[in-house]
Amino acid sequence: MSQSISAKKLRAAYQRMLLIREFELRVERLFLAGKITGTAHLCIGQEATAVGAVMALRKSDALTSTHRGHGHFLARGGNPDRIMAELYGKRSGYSGGRGGSQFMADYRIGYLGANGITGGSLSVATGVALAARLQNRSRVTLCFFGDGASNQGVFHECLNMAALWKLPVVFLCENNGYAMSMPVARSIAGGSIARRAQAYGIAGEETDGNDLEAVWRAVTNARRRAAKGDGPTLIECHTYRYCGHSRGDPCVYRAPQEKVAWRKRDPIQRMRRILLTRGVLISGEHQRLMQETRRRVQQAVAHAEADAWPKASSLTKGVFA
Amino acid sequence: MKTITAAAILRETLAAELTADPTVMLMGEDIGVYGGAFGITRGLLDRFGPQRVIETPISENGVVGMAIGAAISGCRPIVEIMFADFVTLAMDPLVNQAAKLRYILGRQASCPLVVRLVAGGGRGYGPTHSQGFAAWFVHTPGLKVVAPSSIADHADLLHAAVQDPNPVVFLEHKRLYGWREPVPADRPVVGLETARTVNRGHDLTILAWSWMAVEAAIAAERLAADGITAEVIDVRCLQPLDMATINESVQQTGRVLIVDEAPRSAGIAAEIGCRVFEASHEYLEAPIRRLTAPDIPVPASPPMEQLTLPDATTIAHAAMGLMETLQ
Ligand SMILES: Cc1ncc(C[n+]2csc(CCOP(=O)(O)OP(=O)(O)O)c2C)c(N)n1
Ligand SMILES: [Mg+2]
Repeated sequence: MSQSISAKKLRAAYQRMLLIREFELRVERLFLAGKITGTAHLCIGQEATAVGAVMALRKSDALTSTHRGHGHFLARGGNPDRIMAELYGKRSGYSGGRGGSQFMADYRIGYLGANGITGGSLSVATGVALAARLQNRSRVTLCFFGDGASNQGVFHECLNMAALWKLPVVFLCENNGYAMSMPVARSIAGGSIARRAQAYGIAGEETDGNDLEAVWRAVTNARRRAAKGDGPTLIECHTYRYCGHSRGDPCVYRAPQEKVAWRKRDPIQRMRRILLTRGVLISGEHQRLMQETRRRVQQAVAHAEADAWPKASSLTKGVFA
Repeated sequence: MKTITAAAILRETLAAELTADPTVMLMGEDIGVYGGAFGITRGLLDRFGPQRVIETPISENGVVGMAIGAAISGCRPIVEIMFADFVTLAMDPLVNQAAKLRYILGRQASCPLVVRLVAGGGRGYGPTHSQGFAAWFVHTPGLKVVAPSSIADHADLLHAAVQDPNPVVFLEHKRLYGWREPVPADRPVVGLETARTVNRGHDLTILAWSWMAVEAAIAAERLAADGITAEVIDVRCLQPLDMATINESVQQTGRVLIVDEAPRSAGIAAEIGCRVFEASHEYLEAPIRRLTAPDIPVPASPPMEQLTLPDATTIAHAAMGLMETLQ
């Protein structure tokens, strides 16, 4: 299906990718500086998948994320101040500091949250789709997960049920080539995740996850099918994380040349080239957008730094509704 | 005497087990080139090859179940669960399969399986990467549960667990991986089901295990400065419990404080406390005291996590409180 995104939307998408990249690079530095402790998984290099997929959703839709969730959250319009505050463990963080990087959400914008358990959101997303059916809502649920997560039993259980019941869910696999140190070649029997869709009789599609428009098109079509009652789609987006799996990963399991090769397919540079050629971005404008983005991220850091710790007296509050 | 970390001694022990017995095999995520998320298996793939050091996809349920299959076939699998939190995905094979085989099927079945769990909080890893679940396993007849504290015990109890013909859940605390202690080369053989007296004292008994035993020992030093001598016992085997050692100590001191970093309700401290009461109530000079985490998920925020978990300061404080109460 040939569709295109308006110039205005493309520009906004580009800005959103810049924001994610800048945010993540900053988080990496904050870890190294000891400002943030614990751990975090960054999505540097995977921005087009996050933004392309999320911009295909409607406001009333929902999405679930993974342990690598900052990009998904920012793509959906999460507030950088509050995401950063959560990473710091501060009071105004989305989970009041309780959840950290892998456990924050904003239900009001349909962002149902990151997940520290690999594959943990697959069933929850499918259940959200089941509820939408029951409640006669037009809501479609987008479920992000990684190549590694597709080896959990729950992936197969949920694809089966979602297919049986034609649930309005889009399963989007961010295949970045590795689950921590485990390469796809040694972990995915059959070599393709998208092809697993065949076994469940649903649509399966592989796409270039570093091409924002391609991701957008794939999710837009899948969303349409889901909303029409034609059931789930499994989309496999090929992408790459430049950074280590988490803080302190020396990346001994992959060759440095690999990263260099992927840099040539950088989602942000690619989009910039396209926008310049199409005249959506005028020369020199990128500089201004970068400055704006840096300021925004700097503001988030300043907010988190100045924010208070959670109140000690709140420690045992709120376990039950 | 060499000084060594828990991570290093675990690595040495795994290598020794792989060398001594060709049926020993390791299974787990990222345990190959990466050497495991905490580096425990570093170098073992190179030394023992992919038949013995089996790096798996992210499939905890399937992997633990497969390890059971291998164990009943005469192998001795050792599974690493990257964070104890993820063992929830393998609860069925552990609880409904491994734990029940011997009792139901009798002598034909033995399941010499070791599941190593990377447990515990204190690192800011948040609510799904800081748990231990020891109590869940203690509550499952047929599983042995071990949680070492001393560095030597990481070697000796892991060895004993591998030799044991039963499924053993082996809890390693992530804060101990980088902890260093001198370890004598010549050590007496340690039984899996024994508690360890860390230091002698006569004013009160402090019972702890895993990282909490380290905190308890530090607390005991501080208490000593205040003229209180605490007998610290590292319980180390949580199922079955070495109640003989524990009761002997409590009957001599008359006061007992039990420390656990897990949530309070239906916890191991409750179980031990109750058994102490049953056997030693006539000796008690003060009510049994528990110091545990509150019944909350472990928060990620550093100051909140610190408030959640007991440490030497809160242990010493609780011990002082216990010294001031009378039965
Ligand atoms: C049940 C479970 N097992 C293992 C882990 C540890 N872990 C966290 S992320 C990860 C790799 C996930 O790979 P993938 O799904 O491809 O996502 P990516 O990290 O590449 O984005 C692993 C093994 C976990 N968090 N949960
Ligand atoms: Mg991956």
